[in-house]
Amino acid sequence: MTAGPFVNQDPEKRSMLLTALYVAQEQHGYLTPQAIERVADRLGMSVGQVASTASFYSMYRDKPVGRYIIQVCEGLTCHLAGGAEILVEQIGERLHIKPGETTPDGLFSLTTVQCLAACGSSPAMRINDTLYENVTPEMMDMLLNELGGA
Amino acid sequence: MYEPILLKRANLPRSETIDVYLENGGYKALEKALRGNTPAELIDIMKRSKLRGRGGAGFPAGLKWSFMPTDDQVKYLLVNTDEGEPGTFKDRELVEKDPHQIIEGAIIAAYAVGAQHAYVYIRGEFFLGVKRWIKAISDAYAHGYLGQDILGSGYCLDMTVTRGAGAYICGEETAMINSLEGLRGEPRLKPPYPAQQGYLGAPTLVHNVETLAHVPHIVLNGPEWYASIGTEQSAGPKVFCVSGHVFKRGVYELPLGTPLSELIYDYAGGVPGNKRIKAVIPGGASTPALTADQLDVTLDFESLAEAGSALGTGAVVVLNEDTCMVDVARRTARFFAHESCGRCTPCRVGSRRLVEELDRVADGEGTGADLDRIESLCNGIFGHTFCPMGDAMVMPIMSSLKTFRNEFVDHVANGGCPTCR
Repeated sequence: MTAGPFVNQDPEKRSMLLTALYVAQEQHGYLTPQAIERVADRLGMSVGQVASTASFYSMYRDKPVGRYIIQVCEGLTCHLAGGAEILVEQIGERLHIKPGETTPDGLFSLTTVQCLAACGSSPAMRINDTLYENVTPEMMDMLLNELGGA
Repeated sequence: MYEPILLKRANLPRSETIDVYLENGGYKALEKALRGNTPAELIDIMKRSKLRGRGGAGFPAGLKWSFMPTDDQVKYLLVNTDEGEPGTFKDRELVEKDPHQIIEGAIIAAYAVGAQHAYVYIRGEFFLGVKRWIKAISDAYAHGYLGQDILGSGYCLDMTVTRGAGAYICGEETAMINSLEGLRGEPRLKPPYPAQQGYLGAPTLVHNVETLAHVPHIVLNGPEWYASIGTEQSAGPKVFCVSGHVFKRGVYELPLGTPLSELIYDYAGGVPGNKRIKAVIPGGASTPALTADQLDVTLDFESLAEAGSALGTGAVVVLNEDTCMVDVARRTARFFAHESCGRCTPCRVGSRRLVEELDRVADGEGTGADLDRIESLCNGIFGHTFCPMGDAMVMPIMSSLKTFRNEFVDHVANGGCPTCR
């Protein structure tokens, strides 16, 4: 776990938990029970404490996910710009998944998220670490083609 | 035409770099503050500037600084970059386009209150923002603006970044402190306030990034100059975010006290398709919507409160005549139900019950009794939750139910919405 140097910097080890959980999640794309145990061990916390914190935050995952995680914003302003529903439907037609599901080949996961702070350029979505703004169905098609979606 | 102060560098090429910042007057305020002012003088300057917090609550910044103990115990600064109020995207812009402006303000604030460490808590979803923050902090260290003996003053300050992990409630200061300590992001009981007992029990000054971005300009140009911008009680400029049904969505910096109609028509270009405006949400999803006959209201803390709403984060969402207000209310409720931290029952259960009721009415399956239940749920939540999020959720819904009552009644009477279908 590469959070080593961070862990010693802070007066309280526990304060590095959010960072440590991100690092632990990188390995398998989600937090395995083993990863939770390792984090607890490194930070001198109980497994229960670590799991409790991890379960509070939506960006920590407790289940395996696809290689590409598509997060469509379903906030109000994205909706006003013709967003979430249309894009979710389009993805459903192409990849045959609903929000919360992963394609059988493990390539794509789909979720809906709340406001991405891109209301000035809605509809917005994220694929892994990249934010896409002013998303159109054409753009979505192109992106899915590039990433290998059937 | 108003000349932007906070966004003056935002459209320069490579505006996020320390080179461009330094070429355009950057870190001059820090030099002035560290060489020319005592911490007490800076607190006085901040009070005279009348700067009020830009994160939503509008608390006077100088007063907040003065609440910090002046002895030499361990103290912290917490920079709130957890922007998540729907409709708001100003902090993302400020961080991505001009991070050094915030860092400079943060160092001055930290020096004024005697903080040894500044923690930046940034929304987990802001991937570019995180990169820009870290790069900017590392460049500030390299130039001697952070670290040991800053500019030969003897003052030392460290700054680190912590990424949040997707919880709106962590924008609330005590929830943010819990999150920073590795706990669930649930709010704490106040008092004690963070200035008494914050991060790790130490006095902690918490500021929104936009608030800190004002600080270098106040130090450089003087508090009287700053207080002359805006209105008597709402001083200075504000970064507004305009979204929804307008031609030019985006961020606009204007003095507080600018008429709402000017922002919508002169800056954001008005409403496409010759549509009329039905409503405007003036300060983010938790502020009650204004109606079309209230567009002359000026954008400042007092006027918007008088108009029955709030300045909030300055996130203006314009809704045209075709917008279904029942749908807006249910989407607002969905957001808050999703983000409820679960700590207290009125918010945790109440928000979900509200979504169920609003869904029923919006989908045309509601009755008059559902409207009564929505009202009673709102009354049950308002003022009865552990933190302000309960009020934030129900205020826009209660107001909408009153102002746009005919739309709710129509949904019940006609079994659905003529606009949505």
